[in-house]
Amino acid sequence: MVEHTVRSFDADLETLDRHISEMGGIAEKMLADAMDALSTMNVELAQKVIATDVRLDVLQRTVEDLAVRVLARRQPVAVDLRDVVGVIRISADLERIGDQAKNIAKRAAKIAGESRIPRAVVGLRSMHDLAATQLNDVLDAYAQRDVERAKAVWNRDLELDALEDSVFRDLLTFMMEDPRNITFCTHLLFCSKNLERVGDHTTNIAETVHYIVTGESMPGERPRGIDSSTLP
Amino acid sequence: MTNALSQEAPASRDKLAEKMSVRNLDFFYGETRALKSVSVPLYANQATAFIGPSGCGKSTLLRVLNRMYDLYPRQRAEGEVLLDGENILNPKQDINALRARVGMVFQKPTPFPMSIYDNIAFGVRLYEKLGKADMDERVEKALRGAAIWDEVKDKLNASGLSLSGGQQQRLCIARTVAIQPEVILFDEPCSALDPISTAKVEELIDEMRRDYTIAIVTHNMQQAVRVSQYTAFMYLGEMVEFDDTDKIFTAPKERRTQDYITGRFG
Repeated sequence: MVEHTVRSFDADLETLDRHISEMGGIAEKMLADAMDALSTMNVELAQKVIATDVRLDVLQRTVEDLAVRVLARRQPVAVDLRDVVGVIRISADLERIGDQAKNIAKRAAKIAGESRIPRAVVGLRSMHDLAATQLNDVLDAYAQRDVERAKAVWNRDLELDALEDSVFRDLLTFMMEDPRNITFCTHLLFCSKNLERVGDHTTNIAETVHYIVTGESMPGERPRGIDSSTLP
Repeated sequence: MTNALSQEAPASRDKLAEKMSVRNLDFFYGETRALKSVSVPLYANQATAFIGPSGCGKSTLLRVLNRMYDLYPRQRAEGEVLLDGENILNPKQDINALRARVGMVFQKPTPFPMSIYDNIAFGVRLYEKLGKADMDERVEKALRGAAIWDEVKDKLNASGLSLSGGQQQRLCIARTVAIQPEVILFDEPCSALDPISTAKVEELIDEMRRDYTIAIVTHNMQQAVRVSQYTAFMYLGEMVEFDDTDKIFTAPKERRTQDYITGRFG
């Protein structure tokens, strides 16, 4: 895009963009590490994820502060306004994704001593892989202002919901097989919810990218899978 | 500073009457074609802002709407400008009657060198014969309508020139309102005013929308956002884009509009 006559405006917008990519990178790493910590019952790695979350929170506040300053000083309109509003929304979603990763890490640390059935984590691993791909794609879609890519991410959230559903059934089976599995599997159940939430925030970001580029909200109903909370 | 009126969702466009309609308007300064086949509606009881870089033709367009250009030789307009369906470019159009219906407020306050009272009464006397009591009433109503009554009611005999810039501009608005026009044209009404006076004039414009149809030319983009329901972006004598103000400033359709309002014009 052509540069602004006021160059420092471009500099502000670039800084916001850079912060978002940094937040995106941190969120991705936290999520991957949290999943590794859960699969390998690595308490040290889990603790590291929990500590990293602080950095994400600080960055989010930085983004918000700068975005508010840009609103006050430049009074952006049109695509610039959508950019700044979009950045505020996306930073909030990334911060929440960090929270989900932190929650998974906390549970990983908690159940590390009482690992029972390693294969119970396999389904969660698939959920994580899909969520991570989605997050990576949506961050690319944002960086390239690519509506089609954002739309693809948005449509694929359905798959993550379906995976969550099957993980839910698996864990339920393990619990019914042996009541001693209940505590362990309940923790994993929460982790699957965390991963599903990551998908929701990713979908939010896809919607924001669509808004930034087109000025309109994503057309149509958000794709929804079967809600596991209503299952027997 | 906001009031109930500005909080309303913009009325659906097909329900609005066109108080004025500019159709395929060309305008020439001698050989120079300053407006190129411009078409734009002015919806009744809505404020329409005209924005665009200097020389884009927005002030020219405004000057056509009450045939201000008639004062100058070698300037001519071709096309149609309808006021309630009647073409005002018709040579038989009574210019004084037109200007009584379509009032104008200029960039710089232009009070006459006479008392505040006479500043208002002078214009009224050109069109109507009113008795003292009726005239007093009309002056007060106009000054109230321009939100300046409380500031001047105790010194109506003081010179209009003794007022501050912001007060002078509101006095000029009162002068325009006193004629009881139907359409009011504002040409950069706040560019010579401080922020407080600007806010007062903007508030006034928003209130005046109840009674008048408003067109405003402004270089101040934020002002266009604040006071108008519709915005027209002009460039090099062409009407590039006309739409709801909200739409223009959040998601304009035309690249040139976007570049201009975001400050990316080369």
